[in-house]
Amino acid sequence: MSEAILELTGVSKTYGGVRANTNVSLNVPRGSITGLIGPNGSGKTTLFNSIVGYHPIDAGSIRFEGQEISNLHVQEIARLGLLRTFQTTRIYGKMNCMQNMLISLPHRRAGLLDMFSRQHDEAAEKAEHLLAFVGLYEKRWLRSGSLSFGQQKLLEFAMALMNEPTVLLLDEPTAGINPTLINGLLDRLRRANTEFGITLFIIEHNMRVIMSMASTIYCLAHGEMLAAGTPNEVQNDRRVIDAYLGVH
Amino acid sequence: MNRNTLALIGITVLGLIAPFLLPQYSNEIAVMWLMIVFASTWDVLGGQMGYNSLGNIVFFGAGMYISAIVQIGLYYDVAMYTSGARTTHIVFTHAQYFTGFTLGVFAAGIGAAILAVLAGFILFGLRGPYFAIGTLGLAIAAAEIVASWTYVGAASGVSMPVFPGGPEAQKLYFYFLLFALALGTLVFLRWLYATKFGLALNAIRDDEQKAEAMGLQTKQYKRFAWALSAIPLGISGAVFGNMTGFIDPREIAFPTTTFNIFMVLMVLLGGKGTLWGPVIGAVLFHVIKEVTWTYFLGWQYIALGLLIVITVVYFPQGIVGWLTENYPNVFGERPKDERNSVKAPVLESAE
Repeated sequence: MSEAILELTGVSKTYGGVRANTNVSLNVPRGSITGLIGPNGSGKTTLFNSIVGYHPIDAGSIRFEGQEISNLHVQEIARLGLLRTFQTTRIYGKMNCMQNMLISLPHRRAGLLDMFSRQHDEAAEKAEHLLAFVGLYEKRWLRSGSLSFGQQKLLEFAMALMNEPTVLLLDEPTAGINPTLINGLLDRLRRANTEFGITLFIIEHNMRVIMSMASTIYCLAHGEMLAAGTPNEVQNDRRVIDAYLGVH
Repeated sequence: MNRNTLALIGITVLGLIAPFLLPQYSNEIAVMWLMIVFASTWDVLGGQMGYNSLGNIVFFGAGMYISAIVQIGLYYDVAMYTSGARTTHIVFTHAQYFTGFTLGVFAAGIGAAILAVLAGFILFGLRGPYFAIGTLGLAIAAAEIVASWTYVGAASGVSMPVFPGGPEAQKLYFYFLLFALALGTLVFLRWLYATKFGLALNAIRDDEQKAEAMGLQTKQYKRFAWALSAIPLGISGAVFGNMTGFIDPREIAFPTTTFNIFMVLMVLLGGKGTLWGPVIGAVLFHVIKEVTWTYFLGWQYIALGLLIVITVVYFPQGIVGWLTENYPNVFGERPKDERNSVKAPVLESAE
């Protein structure tokens, strides 16, 4: 296994008396596609929120490219190149697709004067290219709020790619998408991984999807790490099956 | 040449000839330019960024008082000048007046921007209706604080230095200052909305959490946006204070229930989040207001109330918003490519 780009050690998070995550440790290897599964309410999204800095964690450490990030703010972590998409798709609904893309350029090296910069042709070309990549080129001047839910998901994905992340955390990328579109999306996800070299860390409920994509899968249950391994190992793990069937 | 440039040229021509064409209305038209400054700067936060401020009047009033302190303080002791016990008549020479006024205008703009940044540190922690109420609190507090500050004359206000010239010269002087300020504000905003700044403001309006998650420096943009909209407001306060010749905290500098609310109404009437909506709203509002004040005295607030109700119920998106929605071919944003070599990128995906 190659070097870990994202490394969680003993991460715990409680909301009042509810223990959302307890002592979670995992590694996401650089350049990999890693999956995170678990029954509803098992703490997957909480873990994502902890990683990207939405809330402080109670204990443990989160390291991104060797740097401790558990004390950084959301924007700082995003600018480091660790980005997430939302379970409920979030785009800038009153702006057109091109504007959505252009404001998603990486803000990593943006100085004070960059706030007032004009849009470059290269940026527009890149935006058009990525919109074509997800199949939204023809709709680039439409108000993004008028797109269908599945198209909005694709736009959100294209916006994430525009931001040139090193690691992309995807929260249920196929949820609510028409089954016939899922294959196209999976193809794009794989290509983002192989062609753009983006490490993917994916929460997914669709077992067929995640088992076919990820090289390593982690399974959470009741906020604790239940199992980890290759898709084959996890699929055949008795505890995982029990957790999904509610025996746990 | 695009439509925005044409419209700006049209406004310039109208603004230049208006005081000579309609000399009897030149003061009303001057106030109309002030209303355009009010509406356009309010729209930066209220329309483009989605933060409804009910406290922008603070920057207007602060500019007015900063300018007064600079203009008087340069040559006299401010406390003595504003003291009610003063019996001597103080005259400013030609040079004293214009030096003080110029410096006062600069100080007003800078002071208002600094105030906006400081207020932003506290108030940008609030969102939605909480921000509106927080800023309203700021406006009311500002009026009360100044009204109890004896150094600047407290509630009895300050008589500004008298313009060294005849009434006609004075009228034209302030007319052209307010006109230049309104035009400058529009040119500046037009440029601003065409940069990345405009997109960032819209992104914050549409989904601030998403913008944060994408790494946008939202705090920085919010503070800059408020500071940039405070500068013209501060300057307009300095100019208007000198134009009226007398300033007081509750009625002229921080009028929470008139100018402060007018800002919001004009933008709602014209259309939020557009460059021209606030301008159209300001002109229409001002004309309706002046006409009802002149011909239907006693009914003016009923007329204004009716206008608000009609706008909110039938045109919630404002005039410009309604036009772009119903006649997108004429008024809509035309998404034409400015780059000549537009070609659809090659679709490499295996579809």
